[in-house]
Amino acid sequence: MDTFIQLTVDGLTLGSVYALIALGYTLVYGVLKLLNFAHGDVFMVGTFIGFGMLQLLGGTSNPLVPVWLLLVLVTFAAMAGCAVLGVVIERFAYRPLRDAPRIAPLISALGVSFFLANSMQLLFGAEPRNYNTFALSGGALYLKGVDIGSVRVPLLRIITISSAFALMVVLWFLVNRTRTGKAMRATSFDREAAAMMGIDIDRVIVFTFILGSALAGAAGVMFALRVPTNVAVGFIAGLKGFTAAVIGGIGSIPGAMAGGLILGFAEAYTQGYISTKWSDLFVFSILIGFMIFRPQGLLGRADIRKV
Amino acid sequence: MSEQTGQPEHGPAIGQDEWVARHGERRSTRDGPLGTLETRLRRVPWWAWLVLFLAAMSLLPLFYSSGYVRRVGFDTVLYMMLALGLNVVVGWGGLLDLGYVAFYGIGAYAYAMLDSDKFGIHLPSLVSVPLIVVLGAVVGLMLGLPSRRLSGDYLAIVSLFFLELFQTMTTNGDNVFGHNLTGGPFGILNIDPLHAFGHSLTVQHAGVFAVSYYYLALACFALIFVALRHVNHSRTGRAWRSLREDPLAAEAMGMPVNWLKLMAFSFGAATAAFTGTLYAALNTNVFPLGFYFVLLIIVYTMVILGGSGSMPGVVLGALIISPLLEVLRDPGKSRVVFYIAVIGAVIVAFRVSRRLGAIAAATAAFGFVAHAVAGAIDHQWVAGGKSGGFGGVLAHWVIVPTHLAGWVAPVSYVGLIALGLFLTVASPVVRLVLLVPTLYLAAFVWENVMLASPEPTRYIVLGMILIVLMIVRPNGLLGEKRVEIV
Repeated sequence: MDTFIQLTVDGLTLGSVYALIALGYTLVYGVLKLLNFAHGDVFMVGTFIGFGMLQLLGGTSNPLVPVWLLLVLVTFAAMAGCAVLGVVIERFAYRPLRDAPRIAPLISALGVSFFLANSMQLLFGAEPRNYNTFALSGGALYLKGVDIGSVRVPLLRIITISSAFALMVVLWFLVNRTRTGKAMRATSFDREAAAMMGIDIDRVIVFTFILGSALAGAAGVMFALRVPTNVAVGFIAGLKGFTAAVIGGIGSIPGAMAGGLILGFAEAYTQGYISTKWSDLFVFSILIGFMIFRPQGLLGRADIRKV
Repeated sequence: MSEQTGQPEHGPAIGQDEWVARHGERRSTRDGPLGTLETRLRRVPWWAWLVLFLAAMSLLPLFYSSGYVRRVGFDTVLYMMLALGLNVVVGWGGLLDLGYVAFYGIGAYAYAMLDSDKFGIHLPSLVSVPLIVVLGAVVGLMLGLPSRRLSGDYLAIVSLFFLELFQTMTTNGDNVFGHNLTGGPFGILNIDPLHAFGHSLTVQHAGVFAVSYYYLALACFALIFVALRHVNHSRTGRAWRSLREDPLAAEAMGMPVNWLKLMAFSFGAATAAFTGTLYAALNTNVFPLGFYFVLLIIVYTMVILGGSGSMPGVVLGALIISPLLEVLRDPGKSRVVFYIAVIGAVIVAFRVSRRLGAIAAATAAFGFVAHAVAGAIDHQWVAGGKSGGFGGVLAHWVIVPTHLAGWVAPVSYVGLIALGLFLTVASPVVRLVLLVPTLYLAAFVWENVMLASPEPTRYIVLGMILIVLMIVRPNGLLGEKRVEIV
């Protein structure tokens, strides 16, 4: 039972990070019908921006500001940095290709992904960067926490999970309760018709990239608070986020959240009960299972092709 | 073409694709001697070009006796084969296959398992290689099956995950229920060279790369080229083209769309697996990391640069990218390539004109002034990076400090990218003015940041080629205009 609770918390943490990444994919896919391969690397850049901000604020062992403010500032820096990066990528790598055949922006996205990962390696090297969160106020984030039975859920986990969910609520609000969100939904439904209704498509797309990339930045910080980051994390994280988005139904926002959580739980449980090495195989089988039995994903709509 | 010429005087033979056959006529031809030359060259049959190309390639070992150069030549031929295979999937089938190099790895690993001391099996190559080609095709088919009803996006994800899975399987395959299947991260060593009828083709003569493998690879390349060309000109090839142009219409014409997609996928996988056997046989070892994302991007860049859909194009792409990557390993040579590329790009952008002269003069002057000013402030700033020849002249132009402060590299690199991107949207006048400092900054970043770490630099160049090509010339050097994902 203890292991189960432990694994569930692990899965929830992992899943909420995946969900945040998956949201970025799904948002962009919804509006542009483009698989943004560079998204995983935006996430990776987010982990590095967070690390840089942390160093600016004095590092974890001797922070200049209170712990909560430190965490908030680091997260916001990563979110802001990633949002700018996302907008630049959209403006220069995707916008010129908006009316090109669909393979063109995909290849361009692959190029951006490769370019970002290697630029980061060029500038900062391949060695891992550790946030060293344990040093924050004497390990309070790890030692303190909530007890469920005999399992202590560390404060860091609670903060990560709750802030991820808070971000999702904010996103839900932005998409469903604001004018821009309405424009986003309209654009994703039918871009041409939306343009004819007077919606500024370019603005909507830029806004989508800001949202998606900022979420990736937040996910990056949440990820790097637990494990050291390096320039190669973007690939795997991107792939998992991607898979989560597809499982949940690409284009669907609640789907991305559900997909992320499913993936997180699947990984945590296989790693806990079966083997740490083969969790990828398990996740892959889930993906293939969805492809065969429910290709539109958990909450996605089946594609209706217009002739 | 006017209405009267709607009926061609000598139309294509029955069973030929008219649209494709008359493709050249719809293209506007050049005038003057260049145009005549072009039409003449067009009349040379494809097999003559192939023979000519093979003859030229087979001359390489005569000019270069170094094992290194011959080895690069061998790798280039392997890349050409890989590019041909990927071209079937991406260029003809219009499918985004991101797991392509996993099939290459499967071929190499399968050969390693069938022909090494690993399991004590030593199948003759004439048996194992065809077996592996079939294996590649079957695995390709199986991977394609679950994605068969789906659009290119889903296939991209499944195949990308398949690539990742291949990594996991080979890396962790050293302990499958206690059995060591793949050797894990250390791979499989001591693989047999190609052998048949009791003779084996040695990999090295006196420690130098055996040139016989180079010729063997060329022969295999020719085989694949001819085979794939025949496929492309068969019913299946025409069906692929129609599928790519308009999948819906193709389906309406009764074409088995899914089966055609699967076939393209599987043809590509088989080609990659075949190439993998050559790789394993020559290297005598295989490791998981030899078949990863980096290789995928390299092969994609070749196909895209050459022009997906065009066989000579992708071969040309491989012929350009593979040596380029080798040249970029060496700082001395990569420097020459860099300056030639920058100067070439500026010349292409401005043609030979007075503005070009002004830019060249201004950039040169800017550099010498900046260098002199920096040197006057602190000699340490310009004391680094002195080398003879070409580098000697540069040392008086580019600022190369002996020691680079930590912030300089990121700031100058990001600044360069920002400036470069801004130039693409700025007004012509601003662009002209800003071009000079941008060029100088590019030289600065190259000399100070990028030369020091060739590995990421090589790949940054690939990434940039992909992005810029997609925007400027998506059909590549020799490609057809339209390649659509279905």
